[in-house]
Amino acid sequence: MEIFDLTIHELHDKLKAKEVSSVEATRAMLDRIEAVDGQVNAYITVTPEQALVEAEAADRRIAAGDIAPLTGIPMGLKDIFITKGIRTTCGSRILENFVPPYDGTAVAKLKEQGAVIVGKLNQDEFAMGSSNESSYFGPVKNPWNLECTPGGSSGGSAAAIAARTATATLGTDTGGSIRQPASHCSCVGVKPTYGRVSRYGVIAYASSLDQVGPLTRDVTDAALLLGAVAGYDPKDSTSVNTPVPDYLAGLKSGGKGLKIGLPKQYFIEGLDPDVKRAMDEAIALYKSLGAELREVSLPHTEYAVATYYLIATAEASSNLARYDGVRFGHRADEIRGLKEMYAKTRAEGFGSEVKRRIMLGTYALSSGYYDAYYVKAQKVRTLIMQDFLNAFNEVDVLLTPIAPTPPFKIGEKLADPLQMYLSDIFTIPVNLAGTCGISIPAGFSAAGLPIGLQLIGKPFGEATILSTAYAFEQETQWHLKKAPL
Amino acid sequence: MLGALCVHAFALDGATMKYQVVIGLEVHTQLTTNTKIFCGCSTKFGSEPNSQTCPVCLGFPGALPVLNRQVVEYAIRAGLATNCSITQRNVFARKNYFYPDLPKGYQISQFDLPICQHGHLDIEVEGETKRIGITRIHMEEDAGKLVHADISEVGDDSCVDLNRACTPLLEIVSEPDMRSPDEAIAYLKKLHQIVMYLGICDGNLEEGSFRCDANVSLMPVGSTVFGTRAELKNINSFKFIKQAIEYEIERQAEILDDGGKVIQETRLFDPNTGTTRSMRGKEEAHDYRYFPDPDLVPVLIADQWIEDVRAELPELPEAKRARYVAELGLPEYDAEVLASSRELAQYYEETVALFPQAKIVSNWVMGEVARALNDDNNRSITDCPVTPALLADLLKLMEKGTISGKIAKTVFDEMYKTGKAPEKIVEEKGLVQVSDTGAIEAMVDEVLNNNPGQVEQYRGGKETVFGFFVGQVMRASKGKANPAVVNELLLKKLKA
Ligand SMILES: [Zn+2]
Repeated sequence: MEIFDLTIHELHDKLKAKEVSSVEATRAMLDRIEAVDGQVNAYITVTPEQALVEAEAADRRIAAGDIAPLTGIPMGLKDIFITKGIRTTCGSRILENFVPPYDGTAVAKLKEQGAVIVGKLNQDEFAMGSSNESSYFGPVKNPWNLECTPGGSSGGSAAAIAARTATATLGTDTGGSIRQPASHCSCVGVKPTYGRVSRYGVIAYASSLDQVGPLTRDVTDAALLLGAVAGYDPKDSTSVNTPVPDYLAGLKSGGKGLKIGLPKQYFIEGLDPDVKRAMDEAIALYKSLGAELREVSLPHTEYAVATYYLIATAEASSNLARYDGVRFGHRADEIRGLKEMYAKTRAEGFGSEVKRRIMLGTYALSSGYYDAYYVKAQKVRTLIMQDFLNAFNEVDVLLTPIAPTPPFKIGEKLADPLQMYLSDIFTIPVNLAGTCGISIPAGFSAAGLPIGLQLIGKPFGEATILSTAYAFEQETQWHLKKAPL
Repeated sequence: MLGALCVHAFALDGATMKYQVVIGLEVHTQLTTNTKIFCGCSTKFGSEPNSQTCPVCLGFPGALPVLNRQVVEYAIRAGLATNCSITQRNVFARKNYFYPDLPKGYQISQFDLPICQHGHLDIEVEGETKRIGITRIHMEEDAGKLVHADISEVGDDSCVDLNRACTPLLEIVSEPDMRSPDEAIAYLKKLHQIVMYLGICDGNLEEGSFRCDANVSLMPVGSTVFGTRAELKNINSFKFIKQAIEYEIERQAEILDDGGKVIQETRLFDPNTGTTRSMRGKEEAHDYRYFPDPDLVPVLIADQWIEDVRAELPELPEAKRARYVAELGLPEYDAEVLASSRELAQYYEETVALFPQAKIVSNWVMGEVARALNDDNNRSITDCPVTPALLADLLKLMEKGTISGKIAKTVFDEMYKTGKAPEKIVEEKGLVQVSDTGAIEAMVDEVLNNNPGQVEQYRGGKETVFGFFVGQVMRASKGKANPAVVNELLLKKLKA
């Protein structure tokens, strides 16, 4: 087994035992990136010099007997994370050359532990997309089949795990942007409860929906990485001040006696037969582990996609106003006057999906339409939230598919945005409800493409979904399968 | 032509007045918190451009606002002092528009639920008390400012200074209750006095800490339907506000007289010409697309918090003035002057606490103290070298008869110059009043002996000569003789 194949906890053990150094692990990862990223395009920016300096520092720390779970681990970050001194593009031309002057909270927490940042990962532009085709830096290829998309918007982060070009990565999930690519790339991805992880230093797409989470090779790593970044942050008013449980210690408690709900609105006609089969197998497995499964109802599910696209685009239209060419990022040439500077800069800087969403959001907030669209969407959002709370009065977790189909071909849905938007139908309600969800590998289609399983937990129920996922992972070998790259 | 219309508009005689002016005011007060409303940067005025900035107030990607608790407290103070009700669940909204000094492309403000609502202030104009409604007070962040820098340095570009971006403001919006420029100014001055009293705003108009927009419209006298209004933007002195409103009344009256229609627009006042000019019309009005800021959680204000703030509110000028009249027996005029500023009132009260003769202290504070500060480049009462304790000591010396009132003024000037204690000055300069009857008697005898003619006149019935003798004795004593003793001895000798 190569160093770049190892999980965080496996590499940690080797670093601790001094069987391998962080510099060696980092070099191995950088070599791997060099070797395969040309095919995958998971990285926008690779930072070899900086990474090796960090790795040396980690090795000194380890030599001094001071090793934290992430010390010396080579990691990649979705390029939505603000990184001091490292170009941060958010997948957009408008930030093509933006080098931030500060680190965000999650990044600072990783650095405190001595994690090694090897580079910044490709993503849909401003996290808007379900297939990673909207990045200014080109589409990411799915390591399981280079003709397929890795999902989006954290497609680069998921693909880097599958391509074994990062031990673990951080992504963000606004409408499924961690879970759906994790599913499409056969890795583990967690969307924590809104407020669990600080958003300070994460470029905002839709502030009331965005949440930071880990993408990893197995559930143990997910527990570990989530524990490292979770917690209250005085710099983020929306972060919640409740204690962070020891996710790792709680992993083995799952499965038995658990009440698992199957939302009937998620098991609909038209679900891809391979996905359906994987779900049936997962249900059977949980039954065999002693879990109790029952049907539940989330009656407002059908409104989730429409609600999401009103709220997310409204917030995005406002969040993206700061990219105006005045202070940082791209500014158009040969401009006459202020209005032309704004218009040309934004016309050149933003891609078409971003423009589409800014226009949708601007429309939804404009006077005369605000009540009919934005306010109505907020009301429906409350109903969706209530659906989940009602369901959690009956069961401990919900089990659902992640996506209606296995990964689709690059370009396949580009011409039909509505079709693309519907591919997030099973993940979006979790963001609207503000609760937590995990995606874990649950099988492969006949064509050999990954299929993920979603477990949804109560607000701040991360420990429960992690232990439930861990029980499944212990009984299956899906997460051990490697992409043919 | 304009002059004549001006007379129409302002004539107090109802018969000649054609239009009724309607004025509403929006005042932006910059709060005196040490740090900005959503980040930890300093709010100090006048620093190197962009030296007081961070990712939050620069609107950098990924940065998030965190509310400064003190801003909420100051807003509650302002609300309680203006008789408002306090909104207990507060939501911040985004006001979306593009401007180069607005870093995020939106301003964080309050929209449908301002922190204070339904208040009022009573003003006095020409002896009449009038109640002016306060519609709302809300919290918001300021924008930065554009600097049209020296051309040689940066070509013909404009620069942006974001030191002011994200400094806390309260916007205080009145009802359109004012009916003359004088009422508008009375309201503004009252509001200005209150925010300074509350210690929430430094009140500096020139630095923009207290800025005013005025909405002015005219309607025919007797009408109840308001005319179309013009909004006069950002005027930075009471004088200019008055001029701007007066000009606007003339302008609108002329339009209406000619049968025209006033258009709704924003106008700028030009202090050089005393006129207003159009800045932008309604057709360019923004759709601000307000919506709740998802980066800030609602602020819940508990009853206890409001009560705590109420308990710590300073006594406001109106109450103070009334108390000075009722409890200290000061004349209305003195009470008004002393209560006009919190610092002056504090100085006065501290002195009275040490020397409890309210009117004498008032005379000195409004007289010598005010004059000395005024002559000293309008120095602030808070750094007056003659502290309340020193002033009280001086007044005590006078009361004991150690020095005369006249000498006290001399001593005061010396105290102001040197900051020395009055006893010390009196001692060093030998200014102790002479009350020793023997010494004064000798001087009286000498004066009477030297002026036999005047003595004769006095005894012949010309009593006015008495003042001459007093003056002579005082001169002989270099002003130190106790005048009462002098009077007594002179009378005794002359009548003998
Ligand atoms: Zn700041």
